Amino acid sequence: MTQNPIIDIKNVHKSFGKVEALKGVNLRIEEGEFFSLLGPSGCGKTTLLRMIAGFEEPTSGAVIIGGEPMMGIPANKRPTNMVFQSYAIFPHLSVSDNVGYGLAKKKMSRSEIAEEVNNALAMVDLVGYGDRSAHELSGGQRQRVALARALVMKPRVVLLDEPLSALDKKLREQMQIELRELQQSVGITFILVTHDQEEALIMSDRIAVLFEGEIAQVATPQTLYQQPVNERVASFIGVMNFLQAQATESADGGLGLEIPALGDVAIAKAARPEDLPAASIDRIGVRPEMLTILFDESDHAECESEGVVVGASYYGDMTYYSVQLPETEELTTVSMRNTAGRSIVASGTKVRIGWGADSIVLFS
Amino acid sequence: MISPPLLYALIMLAAPLAMVVTFSFWSQNYLDLDTTITLKNYKEAWSKPIYRVLILRSLNISIMVTLVTVLLAFPMAYFLSFRVKRNKALWLFLITIPFWTSYLLRVFLWKVILGYNGVLNSALMGLGIIDEPMTFILYNLNAVVITLAHAWAPFAILPIFVSLERIDRSLLEAAEDLGDGPFRRFFRVTLPLAMPGVIASTLIVMIPTVGDFITPKLVGGTDGLMISNMIQIQFGKANNAPLGAALAIASMVIVGSVSLVIFIAGRWFRGRAQ
Repeated sequence: MTQNPIIDIKNVHKSFGKVEALKGVNLRIEEGEFFSLLGPSGCGKTTLLRMIAGFEEPTSGAVIIGGEPMMGIPANKRPTNMVFQSYAIFPHLSVSDNVGYGLAKKKMSRSEIAEEVNNALAMVDLVGYGDRSAHELSGGQRQRVALARALVMKPRVVLLDEPLSALDKKLREQMQIELRELQQSVGITFILVTHDQEEALIMSDRIAVLFEGEIAQVATPQTLYQQPVNERVASFIGVMNFLQAQATESADGGLGLEIPALGDVAIAKAARPEDLPAASIDRIGVRPEMLTILFDESDHAECESEGVVVGASYYGDMTYYSVQLPETEELTTVSMRNTAGRSIVASGTKVRIGWGADSIVLFS
Repeated sequence: MISPPLLYALIMLAAPLAMVVTFSFWSQNYLDLDTTITLKNYKEAWSKPIYRVLILRSLNISIMVTLVTVLLAFPMAYFLSFRVKRNKALWLFLITIPFWTSYLLRVFLWKVILGYNGVLNSALMGLGIIDEPMTFILYNLNAVVITLAHAWAPFAILPIFVSLERIDRSLLEAAEDLGDGPFRRFFRVTLPLAMPGVIASTLIVMIPTVGDFITPKLVGGTDGLMISNMIQIQFGKANNAPLGAALAIASMVIVGSVSLVIFIAGRWFRGRAQ
C-alpha cells in the first residue's frame, strides 16, 4: 500500500431515514487500480459509488479523492466521471455532442473539442458514429458512448455503475475483456459496481465484498476465491461446499483436521491462517473443482474418500455432480471437466473422491 | 364501411368547417343569402382597418396570455415534478380545483376582485398602500390577460409536467457529473427535453385564447374587444354570417400560421440546444 491512495474512504456512514445503507466503511483504492465493489443488491455498493461521484453526502465520515477531502464538493467539481447503469445518453444530442458534452465548459476551441471527441470515439471503437443520434445505437454502442463521454474528461477516477448488466451474455463477456484492456491502456483508476461475482473476478485488480453496508473482505480475485474470510463471502463467490470438521493443534504449529465426510488430514503451519485457534474451527469449505471423482482404478490423489453420486447437471464443458458423502446430510457438489471419452456417471454409482490438504478452506 | 371514429370526425369536425368555408364565399342580401361564389367578404376582411386592429389585438392578447401562462406554469410544473415526492396525484387534483366552478363564474369573480370598488382596490386602500382605486386593472387588456392566464393555467401546467416527468433523472446526474452546475444543466438538458411539453402548452393556451369572446366582453371594456366579438356580432346583430365566416376563416389561417411557426421554432430550439 502506498501512502497516498487516489481514494481514501474513512469510516463512512450513510443513513436514508431509518435505513442504514453504509455502516462504517473504510477503503483505500490505489491509483491505476481496477477496483470492484461486489455485493448483493441493497448492500450499499451503489450508495458508496454515488458518494465518491458526489451524488450522495456521507452522514458521517470522510471521502478523500487525490488527497483532498470531498465534503461539500458537488459532483460537477469532482475529478471523477461516471458511466451510468442506464448509460444516460442525452437523447436530444448526437453521439459527438454527447461525448463532447463535458468539454464545452473547458476553454477549448471547436476543433480541439472535435479532435478530443474523435480520439475518445476511436478509443471505444466507434469511429464514424459521431453524427448518429442516441436512438440509432444498440445497447453495446450506447455503453461505449457513455464510456467515451467519461474518458474524454480525463478524470482521475472512472466510476462504473453496473455498466454491463443490460447487455446480453455474449456481448457482456466481450465487453468485460475490452473494458479491462481499455483501463490498462489508459491507466486511469476504474471503480466498478457489480453484483456479478464472475464479472468482478474477471476484471478487477482488487475486489471489496459488501454485505448490508459493511465490507466483508477486500482482496485480489484469487485470494477472494481461495481464501474467503467467512462462509458468507465463500458462498457468494462461486460455489462452496461446507463440511463439519474438528481441529487439533499439532506439534509443528500446524493443524490436524478431522473431517467426518472426507477423512483426516494435516494442515501445515504455513497453510494455516494466522490467529485461528484449533478450538474455534468447526467447519471447512471445499470448492467443487477441488474435489475429483477418481474414474479409474489407477487414479490416485493425495487424499481419498468415498461417496455416492445422487445427481448430475450437464453444462457442456463441465458436469456438476451431487455426491452423498458419509456422515453428512447435505449433498456435496463436485465438478468435473468433460474430457474426451469420459461419460457421465449414473446416479447411484459409488465413486472414489480425491482431494488435497491445500484445497481446504478453514472457517471458525 | 365508414368506421365510427371517422364518421364522428366527419360530422363533428369536417362538416361544420366545410359549412363555415362555404358561407364565407357567399354574401348576405338583407334577409336572404346570395349563394353566388364571391371573394367580397375576404376583400372586406383584409382591407377594413377595424378587422386588422381586432385580429392584431387578439393575437397580441393571446400571445401575452400565453407567455404569462407558460412562464408561470413552468415553475409550477417543475416544482410538481422535481420537488414533490409524495402525493403528486393530490397536487394535480388541487390544480384542477378552479374547474369546479363555471368559466363564466370565474370571469365574474375576477371582475369582483379587479373592480373599482373590488377586493384588490379596497384591500390596498385599506392598507394605505394606494390612495385611490387603480383603474388600469379592469375593463382593458390587462384584465383580459389576467383572467385568461388564470383560466388556462392548468392546461399549461399539465403538458409541461408530463414532459418533465418523462426526463430520465440519470440524465440530469450525467450532466452534473460532466461539469454542469444547476443553471447550465437546466438550459442544456432539462429545458430541451421539456420542450415538447412547452410547445404543447403554448399551442393549447394560444389557439383558444385568440378566439375567446366571453372574457373580453365581460372584463375587456372597449379596449379589450377581440376578433371573436366581431365574428359574434356579424353572425348575430349585424346579420352578416358570410362576413363572419370569412373573418373566422381568416383568423383561423393566421392562428394556424403562427402555431406552425411556434412548432417549428420549438423543433429548432430542441435541435440546437447542447
